[in-house]
Amino acid sequence: MSETGIGARVKRKEDHRFITGKGRYTDDINLKGQVYAYFVRSPHAHAEIKSINTAKAAKAPGVLGVFKGEDVAEDKIGGLICGWMIHSKDGSPMKAGPHPILAVGKVRYVGDHVAVVVAETREQAKAAAALVEVQYGVLPHNVDAAKAKSAKGQVHEVAPNNLVFNWSLGDEAATDAAFKKAAHVTRLEIVNNRLIPNAMEPRAAIGSYDTGDDHYTLYTTSQNPHVARLVISAFHGLAPEHKLRVIAPDVGGGFGSKIFIYAEEVVCLWASKRVGGRPVKWTAERTESFLADAHGRDHVTHAELAMDKDGKILAMKVNTIASMGAYLSTFASCVPTYLYATLLSGQYNIPSIYAEVDAVYTNTAPVDAYRGAGRPEATYVVERLVETAAREMRIDPAEFRRRNFITSFPHQTPVIMCYDAGDYNASLTKALELADYKGFPARKAEAAKRGKLRGIGFSNYIEACGIAPSAAVGSLGAGVGLWESAEVRVNPVGTVEILTGSHSHGQGHETTFAQLVSDRLGVSIDNVSIVHGDTDKVQFGMGTYGSRSGAVGMTAIAKALDKIEAKAKKVAAHVMEAAEGDVEFKDGSFSVKGTDKKMAFGEVALAAYVAHKFPTSEIEPGLKESAFHDPTNFTFPAGCHICEVEIDPDTGVTQIANWVAVDDFGSVINPMIVEGQVHGGIVQGVGQALTEGCVYDSGSGQLLTGSYMDYCMPRAADVPSFKLAFTETKCPSNPLGMKGCGEAGAIAAPAAVINAITDAVGVKDLPMPATSQVVWNALQPMKKAAE
Amino acid sequence: MPIVSMKVNGKEVSGEVEGRTLLVEFIREGLGLTGTHVGCDTSQCGACVVHVDGKAIKSCTALAVACEGAEVTTIEGLAKNGTLHPMQEAFRENHGLQCGFCTPGMIMAAIDLVNRKGKKLDEATVRHELEGNICRCTGYHNIVKAIQDGASRM
Ligand code: FES
Ligand code: FES
Repeated sequence: MSETGIGARVKRKEDHRFITGKGRYTDDINLKGQVYAYFVRSPHAHAEIKSINTAKAAKAPGVLGVFKGEDVAEDKIGGLICGWMIHSKDGSPMKAGPHPILAVGKVRYVGDHVAVVVAETREQAKAAAALVEVQYGVLPHNVDAAKAKSAKGQVHEVAPNNLVFNWSLGDEAATDAAFKKAAHVTRLEIVNNRLIPNAMEPRAAIGSYDTGDDHYTLYTTSQNPHVARLVISAFHGLAPEHKLRVIAPDVGGGFGSKIFIYAEEVVCLWASKRVGGRPVKWTAERTESFLADAHGRDHVTHAELAMDKDGKILAMKVNTIASMGAYLSTFASCVPTYLYATLLSGQYNIPSIYAEVDAVYTNTAPVDAYRGAGRPEATYVVERLVETAAREMRIDPAEFRRRNFITSFPHQTPVIMCYDAGDYNASLTKALELADYKGFPARKAEAAKRGKLRGIGFSNYIEACGIAPSAAVGSLGAGVGLWESAEVRVNPVGTVEILTGSHSHGQGHETTFAQLVSDRLGVSIDNVSIVHGDTDKVQFGMGTYGSRSGAVGMTAIAKALDKIEAKAKKVAAHVMEAAEGDVEFKDGSFSVKGTDKKMAFGEVALAAYVAHKFPTSEIEPGLKESAFHDPTNFTFPAGCHICEVEIDPDTGVTQIANWVAVDDFGSVINPMIVEGQVHGGIVQGVGQALTEGCVYDSGSGQLLTGSYMDYCMPRAADVPSFKLAFTETKCPSNPLGMKGCGEAGAIAAPAAVINAITDAVGVKDLPMPATSQVVWNALQPMKKAAE
Repeated sequence: MPIVSMKVNGKEVSGEVEGRTLLVEFIREGLGLTGTHVGCDTSQCGACVVHVDGKAIKSCTALAVACEGAEVTTIEGLAKNGTLHPMQEAFRENHGLQCGFCTPGMIMAAIDLVNRKGKKLDEATVRHELEGNICRCTGYHNIVKAIQDGASRM
């Protein structure tokens, strides 16, 4: 392994600009003549808009324009879309209500975008927004997923009983039959708490219309600028793609929340034309992020697991109500369906599974993919069921899992997925060892002496990443193909530029992608640059989410590198006057078998551009290749996380005493970066389990957790350092053998934490977030009983 | 409108501000030093931490006019003649950043922590002292390592 090749812990190339304050995030960019947008948002959860009077605001100092839904309609700008069609059990298509970029007729959640003020300064725009007079007729609202179907208010005319779809997966009859034969059935009522993603960089956009060229440019905080351009062009109809450039510069974290196309960015673009081509900038205040970023999770589930007398799983049955919020966000519909129920088999051999999902509208912010997207919800169901079943049947939870692991591959689950490779026992065994599972009873006894309750919990997660084979997702309703593209440009001096459709917002692509190139072409990583995030530079791409940049994005690069090598061999053969078949490429140089003829990669690059020494009728000059890679299967990262907690029974405070994560991500390009992804993921999962919970007040429909004072982000002192290790089974569906690592921690962690806390407290279940209050309350009946 | 003058990263600067202009707005928009970030509106995230007269403060929570005559250091002012500050170096070496958005504030807060508590920092102290800085990417693991390492290099 070279020092900068695949598998090396290379320090990140991108870091220098970030540690010196030279990162370039959207809000850092200021264009000439720039003006500012401020949005008037709904104070009501559900209301009819009776009138909007903009006269006063329009006259306020610095104001260039005040716009509302009617103005958008006048220009025939389309509404926001949901790009994944789900059909109900009865075959009917999902009920997608209209989602205009500025409200028309009705508002449907607190924070809904009603009007926009554009002014010379941010302060002027904000001050004028307060002068926009909106008359509302308040309607009955509902913020609770479980109550949506019987709620008094109907969020969308097209969706009676607020039902978006009633979808199912699996064989119901076979599952019911298996349950009849069960020796033991474990049942759980599970709430997967609603989360607010909270990337540290708030969303921002600058829309700029060039009156001379009739051309638009959008700077935006996006994980997938090409998809944004496609949607804004094809669905909003703002401009054809060749007249619209979308740039996503440095982006300060995404976690899914910056995949989606949002109203604000489209409004900035559109409004720029309305104000004569002055660039219009909008930067979310954190309060707006809380109100109007797409949220995550929010499932209410009844789940059952059937076992035979030996603890072998026979079947699983799951019934979920998933809140979609007030509108269907860009990919919302696939999250509680194809990213959720398809993973309900976990790491286990389960002969039959049946899942039914009701997606419902509530008067809350739209819900969409958030780190893990569906897979954390599935893992939580599976791993809580399995742990509870083991306890109820008095089987050691590790042993219970072993008895049920899938051990031969490929394995076709009853819920679509075909797992290609894995060794679940290997990661469990290693994790047990690292966590000193054998020593746990002694630690528990020692903690008890100090008056503390100690518990241990497992989470053996699996996820489907490398999103995704185009044909497969197409057959399931996706509106796009999920391949990735890459272009490799070798310059005449032998330096290399990689243009990728993936987008880095913390993942370190500038380093890992360069490692691949260094490995393949033998050039120094300093001579490789990665270009991404600009639709004018990169031809097309699907962006970064679903842990796809490695398995799909890098495979596209690897394919383009194959073509580069083939072309360079041709050039080298001609220059060295040898047969092409005799040319070998190794360690960055081309040599002719059986001779001492040799050319460095840079020399061949130069020869390709100079083109004096080979027949250009046979070989085109230049050294530039591109490739599109469409995966043949999902990838299946899996692993075992073990969490050990200690609880103070007097206060209910939970301390995480130890955390072991053993993950199988296939081949690892840069272990340092991969470990970082796992750390971050775990803490997001711990946040869900211990501190974070989005709360809407049922009476008023107001968001109660609308700032960092009320929504508790995990802080450094809430979490420990982690013990990490890897096991490796290579992914057979891509040449590099990679599976993906971005979401694993967030998927695994919540179940590990709650399994540990329920073990410590000795209760069957606890709601998330298991705050000290929740834990303390759970302890009271036991204390009373002991008295 | 009042005129405010201060020394930022060793340079005398002055500019017209409104009475309500925050220090962070003056730094980012007035001076074009965009390394200092704004991550919240309730003084919790710490993305905006700078040093004023040698002490870490949240620049979103100070008025520019209140810093009249002060010496301000931002993330851009840490490296001297192209040599990174040891804390910057330690963040890079220990992979203490991912998206980089919290990083300037983290580094400024970390240097202040060392100034206050010395170069030998145990993990619990570092974690406790980071209460005012939120990172959504790293899970803090490598930030804690970076700060301990950076402290020992300072
Ligand atoms: S911007 Fe969040 S604390 Fe200053
Ligand atoms: S590195 Fe992204 S928020 Fe800290």
